[in-house]
Amino acid sequence: MDALLEVKDLKVQFNTLEGVVHAVNGVSFVVEEGKTLGIVGESGCGKSVTVLSIMRLIAEPPGKIASGEIIFEGKDLIKLGKSSMQAIRGQKIAMVFQDPMTSLNPVLTIGKQISEALIVHKDINTSEAYNRTIGLLDLVGIPQAKDRYNDFPHQFSGGMRQRVMIAMALSCNPSVLIADEPTTALDVTIQAQIVELTKNLQSKVGMSVIWITHDLGVVAEIADRVIVMYAGYIVEEADVYNIFENPVHPYTLSLLRSLPRVDSHRYERLAIIPGTPPDCIHMPTGCPFMPRCSFVIEKCTLENPGLRNIADDHKTACWVDVKTGRPA
Amino acid sequence: METSAPIIEKPVIAEIEKPPLLLSQLVFLRFKRHKMAVAGVIVLILMVLYSIGGTFFKSEAFSLVTDTSIRLNAPSSIHPFGTDAVGRDILARTIYGGQISLMIGMIAMILEVIVGVLIGALAGYYGGILDSLLMRFTEAMLNIPQIPLLLVLGKLLADKIQPIVLLGREFSGSVIVIIAVIGLTSWMGLARIVRANFLSLREQEFVTAARCTGTNNLSIIFDHILPNTMAPIIVSATLSVANAIISEAYVSFLGVGVMPPTATWGNMLNGAYNYIETAPWLWIFPGSLIVLTVLSINFIGDGLRDALDPRALTQAE
Amino acid sequence: MARYIIRRLLQAIPLLIIISITIFALLQNSGDPLATMGGKRVTRSEDRVRLARILGLDQPIYIQYVYWLVGNDWVKLDINQDGIFETTGQRKGVLRGDFGNSLVARGQSAMELIKERIPNTLVLMIPAEIIILTFSLLVGIFSALRQYSLTDQVITAGSFIGYSMPIFFVALASMYIFGVNFRKWGLPYLPTVGMFDPKIGKTFSQVAVHMVLPIISMSLVSISGYSRFVRSQMLEVISQDYIRTAYAKGLSERMVLFGHALKNAAIPFVTLVGIDIPFLLGGAVVTETIFGWPGMGRLFIDHLTRFDTPVVMGILMLISLAVVICQLLTDIVYGWLDPRIRYT
Repeated sequence: MDALLEVKDLKVQFNTLEGVVHAVNGVSFVVEEGKTLGIVGESGCGKSVTVLSIMRLIAEPPGKIASGEIIFEGKDLIKLGKSSMQAIRGQKIAMVFQDPMTSLNPVLTIGKQISEALIVHKDINTSEAYNRTIGLLDLVGIPQAKDRYNDFPHQFSGGMRQRVMIAMALSCNPSVLIADEPTTALDVTIQAQIVELTKNLQSKVGMSVIWITHDLGVVAEIADRVIVMYAGYIVEEADVYNIFENPVHPYTLSLLRSLPRVDSHRYERLAIIPGTPPDCIHMPTGCPFMPRCSFVIEKCTLENPGLRNIADDHKTACWVDVKTGRPA
Repeated sequence: METSAPIIEKPVIAEIEKPPLLLSQLVFLRFKRHKMAVAGVIVLILMVLYSIGGTFFKSEAFSLVTDTSIRLNAPSSIHPFGTDAVGRDILARTIYGGQISLMIGMIAMILEVIVGVLIGALAGYYGGILDSLLMRFTEAMLNIPQIPLLLVLGKLLADKIQPIVLLGREFSGSVIVIIAVIGLTSWMGLARIVRANFLSLREQEFVTAARCTGTNNLSIIFDHILPNTMAPIIVSATLSVANAIISEAYVSFLGVGVMPPTATWGNMLNGAYNYIETAPWLWIFPGSLIVLTVLSINFIGDGLRDALDPRALTQAE
Repeated sequence: MARYIIRRLLQAIPLLIIISITIFALLQNSGDPLATMGGKRVTRSEDRVRLARILGLDQPIYIQYVYWLVGNDWVKLDINQDGIFETTGQRKGVLRGDFGNSLVARGQSAMELIKERIPNTLVLMIPAEIIILTFSLLVGIFSALRQYSLTDQVITAGSFIGYSMPIFFVALASMYIFGVNFRKWGLPYLPTVGMFDPKIGKTFSQVAVHMVLPIISMSLVSISGYSRFVRSQMLEVISQDYIRTAYAKGLSERMVLFGHALKNAAIPFVTLVGIDIPFLLGGAVVTETIFGWPGMGRLFIDHLTRFDTPVVMGILMLISLAVVICQLLTDIVYGWLDPRIRYT
């Protein structure tokens, strides 16, 4: 399948009072046409910053895309001018955010907010935009769309609001949909509905999806490929089956091990990953996961392993073979 | 060369290098970052020193001496700030006037804070009818413009109180009146803020927990909820000192505030506009002192507001 | 929406009642109206008693309040205390626009005096308020968009100084610079006293030129304060998630600013305007005094110092009424802007 969007060695930094925060440190991945890429990692690992950089939504002071390329439709998005980027946002690449309550403007009707993108990007008049918006609301499963067009965000429940966000994102038929933890703020049953909705829409429309989450269960449901991030680095990349059946990075292993299981012993303590994520201002030398890893060898303290292929289509950033404990 | 040393069994957890800071230390550090706020503190201290220390250089009797033969003299070496319409030395009067103005600011602030916090806390905590009544009253007070109200109350009560003697000096009774009047007409903003905070804080679980252990209402209000809403109170109190000084200046300027011979920076400006062409020093000196003092207090208030804000901005300056 | 408006209207009525009671309670028994009216002549005690009865001061306070509010021309008073109630009162009461007769300006009712002066005050206040609103918004938005730039810091510093100055300081300073010194230095100068030059007459250009310094004094302080408020509101709105969503849809900066940000930032600004009106009215007192402007504010202070209670109460009541109405209007605009309020 073709690569629709390619991120090459992206590095993003933030200038703060306490120093320079290295949020994203050389991230590379590919999004294929019609497929879903899952990005997994704990809070603060740089996943949101990565996708916000694709959309060029990082505030330029204090943030800065220090280096790298983001190739989409043959152009490097990082070098694109303001109006060209505006034409891409919402129209070719669209985004759904985590908290639908704060992500929707409370003083504008949802109908207006959805049709806005249509009016800006497609050269259509307001009544045509209205019709298409009603169609979109039906598509995402909002009942009585015509009545609800003039309602305000606070008149919807959380799940409904997220559907509105999705309708808004899909309005101009983007080729890539970026979903930044869209179900984290919702309860599990609604979460299942949103995941289901996204999968249906994706198969109907044929768009690619980047889905960010820290919930491995959701990843298993929706992703075709998965990348695992830690401290601004990608530590493992594989298709979804291999990630779950054959994880090779100690971090991925710990994540999977920390999932509570239905068949575990009643009084077994939940496994945790000891320690805390590193200080992104003062990055340690060597592997960033080293202080919390159970498989450390001397090389880990000296040199940061880059992402390397260990099998066909399976990359990891580790010096050690976790099955044997020996250097890989 | 790679070594194949045995696996380190226990992961190494980075040690905590610095102990976490106390809240007060954090606030202090954040305050220090505001250069203007720090400048404000320095200027305010200078003002206080001027008003207090000045008494060693010019006695109060000197500030009260009227000598119409030297009225409206321009600044000179004997009278560095010039003389006023009845021949009094302006420099000396600004020293003693400063004492009164600053004192009025501080005491009015204390009064305002007490009234505002009480009303806001009671309305916010008990809710219901008490809340409605108190809030209607607060709204009514807010709808009456403060300056006309101050003027009316000042005029009404000015003559009623006798001069008071404190520490061997005599003050016009109107000082007390003005303090009370300003304090009783400026508490409304604080009351609303405190009430809003109480309304949201009383739903928190620590209040439920306190009730479960049998704490009585009064203790919950003052020992549990109130400390959590100190930030806006502190900021409001600081800014209200500035407002009180300005309010006193307005009222005294119009002749219904503090009565002479007690001097305040405000009443020194009374009638100054009549001599604007001939004697600008009448208003320049006391006026500038007011502006400097109020400016520094405003800077301090702004610095405090940023330092106490839990959602501190971490963007680069 | 209509329900919201009606609700606010109904809330305004008890508010006005409370305000009127407060004002009345404070002032009715203040000073010595008999002495004021009697002037320098020593009044005989019978005259004083008669005067008291005419003025209704011998009645209990709540009756006095009722008479003040609705007049006493519907009751008969007993003027000569012979037990027979024969004289009809002459007052129509506040609700019909009668505040009583001025104790100082003989023969004129308080309302007459006030009515004379209201247009003059409005001529000063309405342009001032428009200027304040416009400039606060412009400066505040501009400052927010250029956050941390040199312009922003200069504006912020200037605003601080501006709103630390009491109005009379600005008035005196502007008078001194533009009125006195400009004249000394031979530059075109601005007049500092009164509404118009009596030699030329009350022409439009005369009034306009006399308005400049007072309006500057009244608006400078408010603009300094409110522009900072607008700035902080804009900054807060700009950092909200829905602004990020708007950009993510591919909207341009201008569309995001005017379509999304402004409406949200305007909401607290509108309520602030409601609070400014009383401040402006109060500030008018000081400004009119300094510049000798013949408006309601000067009337207030002149008659206050002479204990002319009917006039003072009348002005206070009218100002409070104006304030309540303005609050109501701003609440309605607020409800229109923020749909979340309408449904509570």
